[in-house]
Amino acid sequence: MNDRRFNALLGLAALLIVFVFAGFVLTLVVQSLPAVKQEGAAFLYSSEWNPVTARFGALPFIIGTLLTSSIALVIAIPLSLSAGIVMGEYVRSGWLRSLLNTLINVLASIPSVVFGLWGIEVVIPLVRNLAVLIGAPPYGAGILSASLVLAIMIIPYMSSMTREALMNVPAGLREGAFALGLTKQEVVTGIALPFARQSIFAGILLSLGRALGETMAVTMLIGNATRIPDSLFSLGNTLASVIASQFNEAASDVHRSAMMRLALMLLLITMIAGWFGRTLMRKGASAYGK
Amino acid sequence: MQDGHCALAMEQQARILGASCNFNYENGGNHMKRNVLFRRGLLMALCLIGAASALNAQTLLGSGATFPAPAYTKMFDEYYKATGIKVNYQAIGSSGGLKNIQDRVVDFGGSDSFVKDTDFAKYPASIVHIPTVIGAVVVTYNLPGNPALRLTGEVIADIYLGKITKWNDKRIAELNPAVKLPNMAIMPVYRSDGSGTTFNFTAYLSAVSTEWKSKVGNANSVSWPAGQGAAQNAGVAGVVKQTPGSIGYVELAYAHQSNMPAAAIKNSSGVWVDASLASISASAAGAFPPDSRILLVNTNAKEGYPISALTWIIVYREQKYASRTLEQAEHLAKLLWWMIHDGQNFVEALDYAKLPAPAIKAAEAIIKSITYDGQPVLK
Amino acid sequence: MENNAFKSRHQTRAQKDRFFKFAVMIPAGIVVALLVLILAQVVINGARALNVDFFFKEQKPFGETGGGIVQAIVGTIMLLGTSIVVALPFSLLASLYLYEHRGSKRAKVLATAINTLQGIPSIVIGVVIYSWIVVPLRSFSSLAGGVALAIVMLPLMTSMIHASLEMVPSSYLEAALALGVPRWRAIIDIILPASASGILEATSLGVARAAGETAPLIFTAFGNPFLSLSLKGPVSALPLVIYEYIKSPYDDWHQKAWGAALLLVLFVLILNVLIGSRKKH
Repeated sequence: MNDRRFNALLGLAALLIVFVFAGFVLTLVVQSLPAVKQEGAAFLYSSEWNPVTARFGALPFIIGTLLTSSIALVIAIPLSLSAGIVMGEYVRSGWLRSLLNTLINVLASIPSVVFGLWGIEVVIPLVRNLAVLIGAPPYGAGILSASLVLAIMIIPYMSSMTREALMNVPAGLREGAFALGLTKQEVVTGIALPFARQSIFAGILLSLGRALGETMAVTMLIGNATRIPDSLFSLGNTLASVIASQFNEAASDVHRSAMMRLALMLLLITMIAGWFGRTLMRKGASAYGK
Repeated sequence: MQDGHCALAMEQQARILGASCNFNYENGGNHMKRNVLFRRGLLMALCLIGAASALNAQTLLGSGATFPAPAYTKMFDEYYKATGIKVNYQAIGSSGGLKNIQDRVVDFGGSDSFVKDTDFAKYPASIVHIPTVIGAVVVTYNLPGNPALRLTGEVIADIYLGKITKWNDKRIAELNPAVKLPNMAIMPVYRSDGSGTTFNFTAYLSAVSTEWKSKVGNANSVSWPAGQGAAQNAGVAGVVKQTPGSIGYVELAYAHQSNMPAAAIKNSSGVWVDASLASISASAAGAFPPDSRILLVNTNAKEGYPISALTWIIVYREQKYASRTLEQAEHLAKLLWWMIHDGQNFVEALDYAKLPAPAIKAAEAIIKSITYDGQPVLK
Repeated sequence: MENNAFKSRHQTRAQKDRFFKFAVMIPAGIVVALLVLILAQVVINGARALNVDFFFKEQKPFGETGGGIVQAIVGTIMLLGTSIVVALPFSLLASLYLYEHRGSKRAKVLATAINTLQGIPSIVIGVVIYSWIVVPLRSFSSLAGGVALAIVMLPLMTSMIHASLEMVPSSYLEAALALGVPRWRAIIDIILPASASGILEATSLGVARAAGETAPLIFTAFGNPFLSLSLKGPVSALPLVIYEYIKSPYDDWHQKAWGAALLLVLFVLILNVLIGSRKKH
């Protein structure tokens, strides 16, 4: 071993990783070609998904994905922002801070399948009772259940990133504001939040990226119906959940290829959301960096 | 630098690093010992893994139909006790089993829908169907008080078409005058995965309802007009069990094992039949084709249960493919032979009917036709 | 008169301040309450499943009560072991590459590839590994499952290890180089050990993340009712068992699903706490 061999080893590993990544994208692209040939752009706007007649319109899944992720965001944002503000502004030290941090980290580490399990036993009966109350079809499973659990799953990430963003507000700015007699609330809403808003928004984007790709909990709660949902209590499917349900049995070449095309689409939208989030994060952190 | 690092850290998915900007000073002096220890440990681990891999020789892998899974898992448990051979059967649905056998990633596939002649081209080589057990697709439901219901095929079809939406609909009420049906919505549950159970169920519905036949048809996966999807027989049973007002189609064992009711259905002779060993066997009592591919639904037998179904194990006729050994082929053939003979003793307790004599004869001939490198595997 | 105006404005501001504090504490409290509720449910429901058989017996046929999930516990350990063996060397090497070539265009390419890999949903990883490993080897295997998990762990571990490496004071390396130590040696014998705790933390978190992954295992490890130590054959895992059991109508299996969930959550909790306590000093 010498310097040259060492660097060669590092280079080899790096090359391999880049190849694996490129290979991923390539595999998905190449294997989705038959579906592209068969269906073309209809994939994006057709809602007819029928493996038997070999029609693969993915619109119901695209809508299901967007719907569940947006509802999850709408629910999660106020909760996460509040939690982040409390952790970043009000409880900045002491045992309570460590406790809250640990709690949030534990929530972040709970596997998706456990959330699905909890959702089946707790959320679905609740939503079913709600549906009976308001006269909607009482499945229990569906868009609402999936979105609720999805929201709970992204709250830890969003609140931690909010907390981080707030804690990175320069002390001088904050102290100066207090010195001028501003109340805590005024400092938070007038100084800290505006200062940190790029990072907070980045955190929201990253959480969105995560929600878009979330598979297990959603598959277990969304009801597996191949139609465009027309209400919160409708059953549906997302890109990830339909792959989880149907990949194992996609036997015909076109069906298999359609699955790959779904996976490629999922890859692209999570990549885009993640890329936006990371870029914003870097801008937010470096613009005011020390 | 600090902020850049923290920004990077924020992207961690499993842990949000607020405080990882600490740094621990380590004594680097023990590196030599650590290196050697590390290398030795790695070597040992690799040897262990290699040894363990060598020890785990006698296993067979199958996947597919969930319809016979209670019977299969019971049979394979007994087979393991009798012979020490582990059979890993993953119940993922008939379509999954067919796909796995096409990809040749399993030793055998399980399916309650037989492969049609026109689909043989999808398989890289010739396949054979070995019949194993006969079961019943029952219609189970979740109503307060678990009343015993009678339903006709047309009513069931209309429920799944979305035309009958309430339990106290007069068409259900007139079939069940003694039952106080609640004013609840009916929620049909169907298989979201490709299923032989669906194949048989939709075959029955197509036979009794012309509207079903033209609108939906008969296949492993169809476009369901109404209801909620669940994966595998277990999933449908699970959803029905937990959802008041729901109705679903499952194999009899799943309903019985979970104390769920099963509707009595009027068969083509006009007789109300409950699924039972007797009624299932009655529907399988007729002639049996030599390649064993037969649909038992809508039987003509007077006391036959109208949604009975045969299930198969599918293997390649020529076992020398990929890197399969003669030993593997022999294990597989012996398992199949056992399943149609001794294995049959364990299925009735789970309400599956044994194969009738003509089916066993056909199966024996098929198993004997399995070859390795041209030579029959079972002598 | 000015005093009154000032005072009342001050009072409204003070009121707003109190109101705001109240207004954020409530949702934050809801979040905390939710977490505590979820954990409590896992603990209470899961504890009921824990008995000796649960830990040492294999799966029983469909519908039968009793038995256990030893195959899933051992399977998870095997998969995690395989994934560490695959992921750790690559993470180390990739981090070292980023460290050595910091700022270069190639490092940027590597960083982009790794960052993008991080965002790939694990089900997509499972789908691709099915084509790459399961089909060519003609078998579902714990190897395929381990590789899929390794790809899940890799981006996370690499960025943490890289961050750790960057935190080592450059004076360490400079001193070693000044003493005539070859660069590669200095890195391996001084920089790496100095970031040992960061590497350990990265591995622990990678493992915690991979332990709960289900989607990639569905098409790679596949599942197994029997205990298996083979790299070449299918293997069970705690998340797979949770997924399979909770779908079924069997109460016994539901209980076991909660038990498996409890094991997973405990495992992940312990890892988190261990890392947290190491940080304290």
